[in-house]
Amino acid sequence: MGLATSGKLPKPLTWLLNYSRSYSLWMFQWGLACCAIEMGAALAGPRYDVMRLGVIPLPASPRQSDLIVISGTVTDKMAPAIKRLYEQMPDPKYVISMGSCANCGGPYWDSYSVTKGVDQIIPVDVYVPGCPPRPEAFVEGIVMLQKRIRNEDLAPRWRGESWEPIVVA
Amino acid sequence: MVLSMGPQHPATHGTLRLVVRLDGERVVAADPVIGYMHRGYEKLTEFRTYPQITTLVNRIDWLSSFANEVPFVHGAERLMEIEAPPRAEYIRTTLTELARIATFLLFLGEMGLQVGAITPPFYGFRDREYVLNLIEGATGGRFHPNFNRIGGLKEDLPWGWVAECRQAMQKVLDSCDEFEDLVVGNPIFEQRTRSIGIIPGSVGASYGVSGSNLRASGVDWDLRRDGEPYLSYRDLDWKVWTHPDGDSFARYWVRLQETRESARMVLQLVDGLPSGPVMAKVPRIVKVPPGEIWVNTENPLGEMGYYLVSKGATGPFRVKIRSASFGNTSILPWLLRGCYVPDIITILASLYFILGDIDR
Repeated sequence: MGLATSGKLPKPLTWLLNYSRSYSLWMFQWGLACCAIEMGAALAGPRYDVMRLGVIPLPASPRQSDLIVISGTVTDKMAPAIKRLYEQMPDPKYVISMGSCANCGGPYWDSYSVTKGVDQIIPVDVYVPGCPPRPEAFVEGIVMLQKRIRNEDLAPRWRGESWEPIVVA
Repeated sequence: MVLSMGPQHPATHGTLRLVVRLDGERVVAADPVIGYMHRGYEKLTEFRTYPQITTLVNRIDWLSSFANEVPFVHGAERLMEIEAPPRAEYIRTTLTELARIATFLLFLGEMGLQVGAITPPFYGFRDREYVLNLIEGATGGRFHPNFNRIGGLKEDLPWGWVAECRQAMQKVLDSCDEFEDLVVGNPIFEQRTRSIGIIPGSVGASYGVSGSNLRASGVDWDLRRDGEPYLSYRDLDWKVWTHPDGDSFARYWVRLQETRESARMVLQLVDGLPSGPVMAKVPRIVKVPPGEIWVNTENPLGEMGYYLVSKGATGPFRVKIRSASFGNTSILPWLLRGCYVPDIITILASLYFILGDIDR
């Protein structure tokens, strides 16, 4: 109680916590479709190399991760699994929706088997548009998320209030 | 014990789920559960016009997008009885081979990762960027070019592209040598892949395995050479690589040689690039006359074909898509029976399928 509901931590402590959190994002990769390859290029490719920003894409399970990246087409068959693993992640947790399919259904907007947007099942923090987005766009999404984390007041999040998502444009 | 691998597991290249029944370390039965990436392509194509469908079919096998467009466009062109100009066909062939190189470079890296080496994927992604740059330079899209039009191509190659292509191919050839030094001779790699996951040629063919997977089992069959003539492969001097063993190592080795062969083919293609227009005379609104046609081509992953039924409208009446990975994975229950758990990973990696290509 107390601290968690009021969110009143001493300012230097909040700064330190946020600073540390923003540069050690353990990322659970949910590579689904084409975007997963571009995400792979951003993670493993020496040209983009997201790990220099402190994003570590190798947690063994969602229970150890802070960030989940939904990259690719979410189908109705896949949706329950995504929700379940998202719920296993410890708070505070962040979601990046990468690519048009995960944002809104993309080119499969009239398909019978595709979920039109992952935001129907889990709350999304950052939308990265594109089909697929370039790795640069994904890196930009990470940077914007880190900026938000650095200035974040965790109290509303713990109270379960909704927040405005970031759109990389 | 029943072990459920997937649907989200880094080693399954996407969203394949394998339900594996184990006796100790040994696999008694393995059932692939597919459909996690089913996007309903065959239904969607009934509601799109021909130019819109090329956008869509790019994303079936997302690693080699350009190679997916070619058979579809060829099908429509043959029904309309128009022919793309020779320059367009040459550029199509070049870009198809570039897509093949990009696909296989990722495989060459990824396969190292699956047997526990972290360096090869970095090399693979690094060298893949050269090829993606070329594709981006010519088409404007890194990944999904959507460059084909019925009757030709959207645009001609940009100025200076050919010289850049020659340089990049040299880098690809160097990188193949690097992979050969780094991975193929490596004793750990050989122990993990030699005589593991053996597919005899006849069994593979009866399950519908195609492409490099079948050629690694000693079957000398390549649709670029043996199929109905398409693109400009007849004008080139090249070789179909096979390996007699049929194990995981053979599949790696064949793909490595094919990457090299493709780079050589691209060099020949840009040397012999004919001049002329890149677009035939096609009506503004594409209407394909009624008819049916089956076009199959050699995709990087295997045989890819479209059965196109047209009733004379702006969009097809029905499209049946035969994708390579579906055939390649249908052998999994047979192949995984009796192998050990760690070998599942190498076998899956060496078969090299794309989930979008299985489920469509």
